Amino acid sequence: MTIYIILLVLLTLASLWAVIKGSLVKSAITLAVVSVILSIIMFKLDSPLAAVFELSVCAGLITVIFMSTISLTKPMTPFEAKISYTDRVKRYWRLPVILVIAAIVLIKLDIKWDKYLMKQSPAISTEKVITCHGEEEAVELDTQHEGKDVRHIMWNKRRIDILGQVIVLLVGVFAVVVLFKYSPDNLSDPEIKEEKNV
Amino acid sequence: MFKDAAQVLNLAMIVIPLLLIAGIYCILVTRNLIRIIIGLEILTKAVTLLLVVAGYATGELALTQALVITLIIIEVVIMVVAAGIIINVSRLNNSLDVRKLDKMKG
Repeated sequence: MTIYIILLVLLTLASLWAVIKGSLVKSAITLAVVSVILSIIMFKLDSPLAAVFELSVCAGLITVIFMSTISLTKPMTPFEAKISYTDRVKRYWRLPVILVIAAIVLIKLDIKWDKYLMKQSPAISTEKVITCHGEEEAVELDTQHEGKDVRHIMWNKRRIDILGQVIVLLVGVFAVVVLFKYSPDNLSDPEIKEEKNV
Repeated sequence: MFKDAAQVLNLAMIVIPLLLIAGIYCILVTRNLIRIIIGLEILTKAVTLLLVVAGYATGELALTQALVITLIIIEVVIMVVAAGIIINVSRLNNSLDVRKLDKMKG
């Protein structure tokens, strides 16, 4: 149980750090750390496939996307950074206070979520079969295994989800193509014209 | 059902609202476009944790893993499209400040 407490506290602190940190690069790296901690929690909670996805995609790919975006955008000048720092301190000092108060309130309330969310173990389903000796015998159905296999769920029960995932990925690809498309109309913009001439 | 499921669920239900508060606060208070995506990402992490813990508590691990995988894929697509929009906006305005996005102002 202690390991869960440590991991969840680390997760909260890393998220807070990612929000309040001034440097965007450091925030993006802290966000990757959040994903790594979440992956460890998932692995501990018997969800290895989701943990691998979280680790490779969220901690890896999304961090790369963040770094690329930060590199492709204009950095702040030292003067802007100084103004931004004082402005940020004014806006963000409330967040740690709010989080501490919320944590104390939630701990004091001590809501037993398990009573609302957790269900009883399902009764074992049986089916009557006739044996080779002509006698009836009750046989346990393998409903437990059927419900616990991710492959079975993904390919049989949630196959519409897979179709949706493919469509969403295609839409994302087309959106990126449209966003980065070179258009001759851009030359009519005076600012871009100046950039081209320089 | 697992022995420590109830304790893990009750513990996670303290952390999840904190993550949601941090994400929402980040989106509301910040003026930087990239930081808005960071807030969105933290909100998604909270939802992912909620799904995994709910699956662990109810014993429906396979179903929640399938949902988490779907969530991650949607999250990636949103991040990529948002990053593309941010790069284009920063090229047009030379800034990531949301207060300077006033080209559609009548």
